[in-house]
Amino acid sequence: MDFLLSPEHMMYQKLFREFAEKEVKPYAVVTDETEEFPRRNVDLMKQYGFMGIPVERELGGQGCDTLAYVLCVEELSKVCATTGVILSAHTSLCCDPIRKFGSSEQKEKYLKPLAKGEKLGAFALTEPSAGTDASSVQTRAVPDGDSFILNGTKIFITNGKEADIYVIFAMTDKSAGARGISAFIVKKGTPGFTFGTKEQKMGIRGSSTYELIFRDCRIPKENMLGQVGRGFNIAMSTLDGGRIGIAAQALGIAEGALASTVKYVKERKQFGRTLAKFQNTQFVLADLATRVEAAKLLVYKAAIAKDTQKTFSTEAAMAKLYASETAMEVTTKCVQLHGGYGYTREYEVERMMRDAKITEIYEGTSEVQRMVISGSLLK
Amino acid sequence: MRITVCIKQVPDTNEVKIDSVTGTLIRDGVPSIMNPDDKAGLEAALELRDKYGAEVSVITMGLPQAEEVLREALAMGADKAYLLTDRKLGGADTIATSTALAAAISKIGFDLIITGRQAIDGDTAQVGPQIAEKLNIPNISYAQEIEFDGNDTIRVKRMYEDRYHIINAKLPCLITALGDMNTPRYMTPGGIKSAYETEITVWGRNDIDVDDMQIGLVGSPTKVAKSFPKALKGAGQKTTLDGEEAADYIISALKEKLIIR
Repeated sequence: MDFLLSPEHMMYQKLFREFAEKEVKPYAVVTDETEEFPRRNVDLMKQYGFMGIPVERELGGQGCDTLAYVLCVEELSKVCATTGVILSAHTSLCCDPIRKFGSSEQKEKYLKPLAKGEKLGAFALTEPSAGTDASSVQTRAVPDGDSFILNGTKIFITNGKEADIYVIFAMTDKSAGARGISAFIVKKGTPGFTFGTKEQKMGIRGSSTYELIFRDCRIPKENMLGQVGRGFNIAMSTLDGGRIGIAAQALGIAEGALASTVKYVKERKQFGRTLAKFQNTQFVLADLATRVEAAKLLVYKAAIAKDTQKTFSTEAAMAKLYASETAMEVTTKCVQLHGGYGYTREYEVERMMRDAKITEIYEGTSEVQRMVISGSLLK
Repeated sequence: MRITVCIKQVPDTNEVKIDSVTGTLIRDGVPSIMNPDDKAGLEAALELRDKYGAEVSVITMGLPQAEEVLREALAMGADKAYLLTDRKLGGADTIATSTALAAAISKIGFDLIITGRQAIDGDTAQVGPQIAEKLNIPNISYAQEIEFDGNDTIRVKRMYEDRYHIINAKLPCLITALGDMNTPRYMTPGGIKSAYETEITVWGRNDIDVDDMQIGLVGSPTKVAKSFPKALKGAGQKTTLDGEEAADYIISALKEKLIIR
């Protein structure tokens, strides 16, 4: 058992860290303030192959493992959680299900350009009345000749308006419940597919979170992903992987806040000495650093499990549960250590605390993660 | 075209500590990086390859852990990597280093050699030109731009303090690159993966054709007599005065310090 990154993984970390510091960090504040999608970051990530890290080379990707991908989301999220989730949603929620369930034609047509970063991906499961209760989706796909006709609305879709290729879940047989859900690959620009409201969010404000509207949207039958009625399984399996990405995002946010606070407490003086000299500061930071390290081990373990184990749902759920709650605790306490300044936009911990909250909610709330973990424990 | 780029692993700090007994740099605990001028040289080579097609080899002489910068160079896109490492080559000054590197580069084969102008841990700027001398090829230092005619001639914009020279040279030749001549590309994840799948050629003393008396400590005429950190200057005082008043002020200050009477 070895808890050290291999030299190869240390080099990935070095690359992602340097890229994040030089290219992403300078735009994090403006991305948050303007709520504009950081297209420049995505273009650069495309140029350097970040959009297909765990996808096979022959499918247009970089041929690296999940741990390398996780290191990327982590380093990006240390400086800009918006950029972290753009990459995570694209890779885990769009590339991965096509890679795993797609036909060779679908891989050629959709996965290759996604992995090369020529196209951006998104995943649409959630609906106004189907959040945690994902199996009660209302969007319907009715067969019509060699097509399906899609009708319905999806909400809270990450990369919403900016994506080019979407994995969409819709009911093909309402009477079959969860087994009546099928998955489809839908291209932006398909007639009948439009965008609704843009969400105004607490955090990750640069990520493009939109409502997707389907009105008599005709999808060729060959765009069904996997078999008919297998959509719910595809969604759940995809989210197992997605959770590892979000866990890495949460870990990055926590590490970013901690590093920022360590710097701050060494500079800020009260009562004639730096905050770092106070035992309260020391003890709080010690606890936070320990939690961050524990979260990191769970996240990396889940990443390795995805590549080496048949199932990794529990590992992914534990990693996401712990890392997201760590992100929330660490950022909250980092704001506290900053005092009044921490509540202002002048210091990045303010943004990081807002960014952290979503990691406890999307791709399965913390409560859902507890259901997954206890489910495997008590089965 | 075969391009060989010399790279060096150097400590990443401006606050290098010096061992007071041996007078050498203490490298423990200091992170290592690819020397910035060398990285620019590698980028220049990769750009030439992207444009005209070439095989880019990188070589370093150093400790076994210098493998790391070779992997980084491979991850940026270099085709082949050579590590020249041997105890017998240790303790080399610039001339002994150039002797060993020139012998290794001859063995690899080359049309163009690019080195960094100088390494941040030694600042001698001697190794590149000395390699050219050893190989009896033209050397162009301080390159700000490199152009290739696609055939056999290199055109280099050579920087001086106050002017440039445009120099044409026939291949083979050696160019030393300035760190700010370009912005080196990042590695790519797939490049890193490939870099660890690529075998690095490791050569020792016996793999190169050199005279034992011209390598390592024995072959090094330069001896470091003494090394010491530069004393830091204080911040100084800033005073704004008219010309005449300023002259009086300076004279009184110099008198105060007993520099003049």
